[in-house]
Amino acid sequence: MLTFTKGLFLSLLMVVTWLNPVAGQSDDGHGSHPEGNSHAEEKFDAGKFVIEHVLDSYEWHIASVGEKHINIPLPIILFSKYPELHEGRKLHIFMSTKFHHGHEDYRGFRLSHSEEYNGKIVELDAHGHEIGRPLDLSITKVVAGIFVSVIVLFSLLFVAAKTAKRNRGKAPSGIQNLLEPVIVFIRDEIAIPSIGEKKYKKFLPILLSLFFFILLNNLLGLIPIFPFGANVSGNIAVTMVLALFTFAVTNIKGNKHYWKEIFNPDVPWWLKYPIPLMPIVELSGVLTKPFVLMIRLFANMLAGHMIVTVFISLIFIFGSLMGPAAGYGVSPVSMVFSVFILLLDVLVSFIQAYVFTLLSAIYFGMSTAESH
Amino acid sequence: MELVTPNLGTIFWMVIIFGIVVFVLKKFAWKPILNALEEREETISNALNAADEARKEMADLKAGNEQLIAEARKEKEAILRDAMKLKDSIIAEAKEKASAEARKDIENARQQIQNEKAKAINEMKTQMAEISLMIAEKLIRKEMASDKQQQEMANKLLDEFKLN
Repeated sequence: MLTFTKGLFLSLLMVVTWLNPVAGQSDDGHGSHPEGNSHAEEKFDAGKFVIEHVLDSYEWHIASVGEKHINIPLPIILFSKYPELHEGRKLHIFMSTKFHHGHEDYRGFRLSHSEEYNGKIVELDAHGHEIGRPLDLSITKVVAGIFVSVIVLFSLLFVAAKTAKRNRGKAPSGIQNLLEPVIVFIRDEIAIPSIGEKKYKKFLPILLSLFFFILLNNLLGLIPIFPFGANVSGNIAVTMVLALFTFAVTNIKGNKHYWKEIFNPDVPWWLKYPIPLMPIVELSGVLTKPFVLMIRLFANMLAGHMIVTVFISLIFIFGSLMGPAAGYGVSPVSMVFSVFILLLDVLVSFIQAYVFTLLSAIYFGMSTAESH
Repeated sequence: MELVTPNLGTIFWMVIIFGIVVFVLKKFAWKPILNALEEREETISNALNAADEARKEMADLKAGNEQLIAEARKEKEAILRDAMKLKDSIIAEAKEKASAEARKDIENARQQIQNEKAKAINEMKTQMAEISLMIAEKLIRKEMASDKQQQEMANKLLDEFKLN
């Protein structure tokens, strides 16, 4: 019980420091760039604070204690477009600490603060001017967050698979017990009704993978303690790839009837000839479906993260506008609202994972439906 | 703007990671889990079916048992009734036999008594005749001690005869 209370206190402390607005103010002011000086004043910028919390970054910021920032450095992997500027090498791998939070250039690369490439790594020419971005395959915070959730996902599911193998024909136990109702739900309430009794088996693995991957990323994104809390499912590149997988499976597994419905639907001939009106509409539908999937998940999860940070930053907005007393006065209200929104986000996490999976299943079902 | 611009590096890693996730999970997680699930569902439905059948069999058995019991009860009653009848008849027969025997015995006894009686009477008759003869002889002998007396006697008898 004592260790639990201690752990709870520690995690609360972590939450508070994690949300420390000092982090939002960045560490500029004494950097090597002329742009850095504009951020020197000690004013709390709520917009910047909120956006920086949901944006990707090259290092994983854990907490700031006063002026000291605790960061987990992440590997940076770059393919230069101008190898002659970087000691003749194309591939560059180094840790993010080399930039010293953007205060220093390294090997002809810079963590940009310019209008165009803000926060991104750019290549520098011989005179120190930014000339464009290299091919940037760095393990950023979001990628690291994906790795973390994949590790969690694998350990959960492999344990479940092991018990499933051991408990053949017997009652489920442990994590298997936790996951099986969800798996059964996806099979019986999503896959079978949307795809049909005959073909659902082919699509079940991808649907389950999508659901658990999204759900886990959503939920882990709500935990503000390292190594969780990265805004993975609120990152548009992540949701885009998820939607692309649905898109690819839908169109690769699409049967003759599916393609006929797109290019030669059963509509009056003048809708298809001479202007292929319906095919154009149908084809755009093929593209909008994954697009909508991408936007929905991204926007929902991003909004959840943003609202929580906005409520927290309210404390500091009030604090900076009317003095520390107002900040302390507002903090309980902000906390209550944040907790409420977080709980709401737990619900949203499940709903979005469900909706994404359900719509994917419906698209799969549409692409494999027989003509009626 | 950066928020809604997909980052190429993130896309690259995400495709690789999610591709691996789908492949690995399909092979090492979903397959065993789903197989186990299906197997268990089959086992459960089989078990339920078996239970149903067993229940039906039980009901059949019970019905059979009840019928058997009813039959047995009927048979028992029949047997009891028969036994009762048999008992009655045996008793009646025995009674009849006993009474017949008794009657026969009585008859025999009576016969015997009759016979004995007749015998006794006959014997008595002969004895009485003898005694009477003896008495008569003695009497006569005494009466006929003298001639006079013999005469008188003869007369007297004669008188008597006359009277008849």
